[in-house]
Amino acid sequence: MRGTNALLGAAGLTAFLALGEAVPRLGLVDEDYFPPTSRIADALATEFADEAFWTALGDTLTGWAIGLTIAVIAGILAGILISVTPYLREATASTIEFLRPIPSVALIPLAVLLYGTELRSVLLLVVYASFWQVLVQVMYGVQDVDPVAEETARSYGLGTWARVRHVLWPTALPYVMTGVRLAAAVALILAVTAELVIGAPGLGARIAVAQTSQAVPEMYALVVVTGLLGLLINVGARTVERRALAWHQSVRGEVAV
Amino acid sequence: MNGLERVMLRLFLVVALPAVLVVAWWFASDDSTDIYWPPLRTILSTFPDVWTGERLREDVLPSLLRLSAGYACAAVAGVALGTVIGSYRRVRAVCEPVLEFLRAVPPPVLVPVIMLFAGIGDTMKIAVIASGCVWPILLNTVEGVRAVDSVMSETARSYGVTGVARLRHLVLRSASPQIFAGLRQALSIGIILMVISEMFAASNGLGFTIVQFQRGFAIPDMWTGILLLGLLGFVLSVVFRLVERRALGWYHGLRDASRRSS
Repeated sequence: MRGTNALLGAAGLTAFLALGEAVPRLGLVDEDYFPPTSRIADALATEFADEAFWTALGDTLTGWAIGLTIAVIAGILAGILISVTPYLREATASTIEFLRPIPSVALIPLAVLLYGTELRSVLLLVVYASFWQVLVQVMYGVQDVDPVAEETARSYGLGTWARVRHVLWPTALPYVMTGVRLAAAVALILAVTAELVIGAPGLGARIAVAQTSQAVPEMYALVVVTGLLGLLINVGARTVERRALAWHQSVRGEVAV
Repeated sequence: MNGLERVMLRLFLVVALPAVLVVAWWFASDDSTDIYWPPLRTILSTFPDVWTGERLREDVLPSLLRLSAGYACAAVAGVALGTVIGSYRRVRAVCEPVLEFLRAVPPPVLVPVIMLFAGIGDTMKIAVIASGCVWPILLNTVEGVRAVDSVMSETARSYGVTGVARLRHLVLRSASPQIFAGLRQALSIGIILMVISEMFAASNGLGFTIVQFQRGFAIPDMWTGILLLGLLGFVLSVVFRLVERRALGWYHGLRDASRRSS
């Protein structure tokens, strides 16, 4: 079953690539706008040989990783603090509901003014966007704590810290992992966006340069790279999630079936 | 504690922190001479001057129209394609790797690509919004359609419910919670793309105007734009929640009932 699926998937991928080759070759769309797959692959190979490309990739990944780390740590700490302090959850609910849907791109002009094209511009957008993803999931997770387990721990005389460590954290972990996975994807989107729009160094800025210099195949090649990067991050996040939750029902159930 | 007191307490909890924050911002920035952080007083007094009459009609309205056009295209295409892909196992297996890849492409990089085809007009912006919003809707629809309860599906078959009726009453119905989850994700992506496509190349629109203010160092005006965008994001998410509550009322009721009985 798995084998057939993989085979069908490979067939689909091949068909997709072949379509990308055939459509411009047959003149259905202008080759200048939509270069055939082979030319994009050529451009991709040229990019791989270029040192500047690897620097740009490194810049993008640096912004992504630092931003994501800050957002995850801040989100977890804030989420736990808000949930365990009495009344703080109710008091912050309206503020969180208001701040969360604010599109982080609204901060682009501010980032440009404050930090120009520095890394901090990217970080501002990345952290703002991914922080909420983590925070909200942590708060869901803490809410899910079994009251019986909580009271058992209390009656055994576990302190606040021990209860956070042994009761709250294991319950919230699946939610935290979901939050991290979502945040990882959002962080990449915002890192590339910041580079593209603000011009901070990285893959996004390289795409903008390729666009202004009419280097169409290169531009497509870079878009493909960002897609592969996104794919890698998704797969990686899912793997980490499964590792960290190997003990959890949802993952054990998956293996048994 | 009687009922009135409880209501007052809840109201207090909802209002207190935002009020404290606004007051803190007001006083902290009141005699600010830093050009980048103008006093809140100045921002608020600039707000009505900036966002009235003409600008509302020529910048905010086009932005919103483009957002709704792109979002609607994405919703129709995403649900239609998702239903087809989700209904047939083989089609799903063939499409899965390609979809995983396309979904992973950060939507904003599509702006320069789509600009090649569609120039810098409204078509480009609608296409950008639609092409970014379609993936969460599509993938969630696929998941939702795939997870249709097999007992219900067989009951429907034995009652001879087929074709359009089956699609409407069984497939889309039971997939709708998932579809709405996709629509919600797509909404925030749509707002981002609306702003970005206008920052890139436009002659009107919210994103364009805000960047104009920033380039012209009209800082208080720029701040009003940031506030307006934030407000817009908030209002749209409230509207979405209202629509969702109406459309999925049966589902939330069902879930509450089953939770209470278990």
